[in-house]
Amino acid sequence: MALTYDAAPDYSAFLKPAKDGGATFDLLVKGARCAACMAKIEGGIAGLPGVRSARLNLTSGKLSVDFEGRSGDPGRVMSTLEKLGYDSAPYDPGQAAAAQDREGRRLTMALGVAAFGAGNAMMFSVPIWAGLFGQELGPAALIMMQWASGLIATPCALYAGMPFFQSAWRSLRVGRANMDVPISIGVILTLAISFAETLLHGRDTYFDAAISLLFLLLIGRWLDHKLRSRARGAAADLLAMQAPAATVLSADGAQHRRPLADIVVGDLILVRPGERLPVDARVEAGASELDNALLTGESRPVPVGVGELCRAGALNLSGMLTLRAQARSDDSAVAAIARLVEAGAQSKSRYVRLADRAAAIYVPVVHTAAALTFVLGWGLGLGPREALLRAVAVLIITCPCALGLAVPAVQVAASARLFRKQVLVKSGAALERLAEVTHVVFDKTGVLTLGRPTLIDPIPEAVALAAPLARASSHPLARALAAQDGGTALAEEVVETAGQGVEGLIHGLRARLGRAAFVGVEGATGSETELWFAFEGDTKIRFQFADSLRPDARETIEALRARGLSVEILSGDLPGAVRSVAEALDVRQWRAGMTPGDKAAWVKSLATVGHRSLMVGDGLNDTAALATAHAAMAPGTALDASQNAADLVFSGEGLSAVVTAIDVARAARRRALENFGFSALYNLIAAPAAMLGLINPFVAALAMSGSSLVVTLNALRMHRAGR
Amino acid sequence: MTIFFLLAPFSVLLALLGLAGFWWTVRSGQYDDPAGDAARILMDDVDDAPALIQVRAGKADPG
Repeated sequence: MALTYDAAPDYSAFLKPAKDGGATFDLLVKGARCAACMAKIEGGIAGLPGVRSARLNLTSGKLSVDFEGRSGDPGRVMSTLEKLGYDSAPYDPGQAAAAQDREGRRLTMALGVAAFGAGNAMMFSVPIWAGLFGQELGPAALIMMQWASGLIATPCALYAGMPFFQSAWRSLRVGRANMDVPISIGVILTLAISFAETLLHGRDTYFDAAISLLFLLLIGRWLDHKLRSRARGAAADLLAMQAPAATVLSADGAQHRRPLADIVVGDLILVRPGERLPVDARVEAGASELDNALLTGESRPVPVGVGELCRAGALNLSGMLTLRAQARSDDSAVAAIARLVEAGAQSKSRYVRLADRAAAIYVPVVHTAAALTFVLGWGLGLGPREALLRAVAVLIITCPCALGLAVPAVQVAASARLFRKQVLVKSGAALERLAEVTHVVFDKTGVLTLGRPTLIDPIPEAVALAAPLARASSHPLARALAAQDGGTALAEEVVETAGQGVEGLIHGLRARLGRAAFVGVEGATGSETELWFAFEGDTKIRFQFADSLRPDARETIEALRARGLSVEILSGDLPGAVRSVAEALDVRQWRAGMTPGDKAAWVKSLATVGHRSLMVGDGLNDTAALATAHAAMAPGTALDASQNAADLVFSGEGLSAVVTAIDVARAARRRALENFGFSALYNLIAAPAAMLGLINPFVAALAMSGSSLVVTLNALRMHRAGR
Repeated sequence: MTIFFLLAPFSVLLALLGLAGFWWTVRSGQYDDPAGDAARILMDDVDDAPALIQVRAGKADPG
């Protein structure tokens, strides 16, 4: 079955007109991850007629192509990329993640401003600190230094603190106090008191402390953003890719690529082998086999012919199909699953992160301590000004530098470690949830198994006979057969009958490979997991196939049990197929014939009996369960929608990534808790010292940077975790 | 001590220049694709180095 791309479809619906009369076409290129890819892609695309420039962002995998006129041909770009060996998908013009990018720039800028402010305010603070140790600094010079320090630090702090102020305000409006509330109060109060002290010719001002506090915290914030945006570049942008496109045939037979949302009931759609059905549709012409595995979990291909209704999301395996759309994309079976996913994602967003839980304890304690210092100090005869200064010293010295830096630093180190192990972490919260998991739920097809058929008990002689014909076919079973043979011989005069088999000449002899009936076997069951082969009039040979287990599935499950986790299999496949896998892996808890809704409901019910479950799944039928589960992982071979619903995506053949990820997540949690413990200890010493008036601006600066350094170094120990 | 009144503002001014430079690098998107920019420097055909250096490099290259 040769795929014909001579009539390239029309992608012009994805062109964005630019102001200067040209047009831009944005697409996501899969698998471009090295300098050589970049040179190859940019060189290849820029050489096309009508293309002004092409630039690939290697970090996010986005390719932006500028056309000279409005009438550029995006289809050429995509077919060129395909020839170069890269899959690509056009970006939905409405879904560009530009806002997120702006946030990254804003944080980078805030970090730069804070660095500038901290450095320069410090320049004027050092002479003041010298004065604290009895060095000569006249009163006039002291006041000048304080003013200079304040005038530099304050505008910088107001700008650099904006991310914190805004987040604190948002959190206060919904009646909760996150970590940004004490930070904002601390910074603003410190600046105000320091100005008052400067005006009153006081001794202690904390301008440099306020701005360097923000600088240290912004490092943590910036790291957290980097972590999320890297994951977005590689996986979450897939959301934008979902939009792509289906080939619609117009009345005159021309092919147009349309965004999915533009397809209406009654449109004639063309689906080539290897493509997925965009909407629920009825077959108008052609015959083929559909792989519903990602939709229902069933591993057997289903033959379809004219007049049959097919579901969106099914993969067309063998023949070209022309279908009439029966539903819009929003009303298709896939969209129902998408709504389940949305509901699951909402329940996940209610998860309270570790740092925020710490803040819930920390905020009242520290603010009470500061208030007590002021009230008691005044009551015990300190005078209001000195009492207020001590209260502010408490707020500054206990300000959660270590906390704000502790968790992001650990999580960035942990996700970098997992990234090298080919596991992609989408967010820090995902790691926190993964560490709490007590129960692991596996999908069968494509997760515990490889999701593709392999030949059982191959007889090399028989395989060698049939291989030349198998190589000529694109059918999954034929490809599995061809993969068993090392040769390269190809049959001649090959004719493929969709859904039946292939016929051709091997060394001048006519031979057939395909279903039992096609090869001429009588009384056979016609099973979809076997192929028959015969030379004309000769003995018929049977090849049987089964979905094979991932090589390390058993070890993985044993390793998970050794870590105290219970294991369960949920599958949409038939009971027999699930039982054999469960028995091979020695898993006693398994369920078969589950619909997407069943899976999600089961995972949800696990939560009510106290299990925190990790769902590992790849199919569209798993996405709702992935979104509902406490934590979720998907293999890199999974459907885009599943990768979107999952917290972590692992690539490579092995399942052991699941164990590694759990190990690293647990180690990260340990480091984060250690850091919290250290911060608590530090505050236990520092807060009483501040209450007693033992803290001056110099000690505050030392203590703050010292504690931040300790938690960061502890976070870097993550590099050894999960080995 | 009077020199201080010249030097202190001057040092802040210098730092402000640095900050303005940083602002420009952020605005022009130089932190948007660290992986790509790191790789781009290795590509021969987009070498932005002055022509003279390129000629010398060409002569020195034995292969």
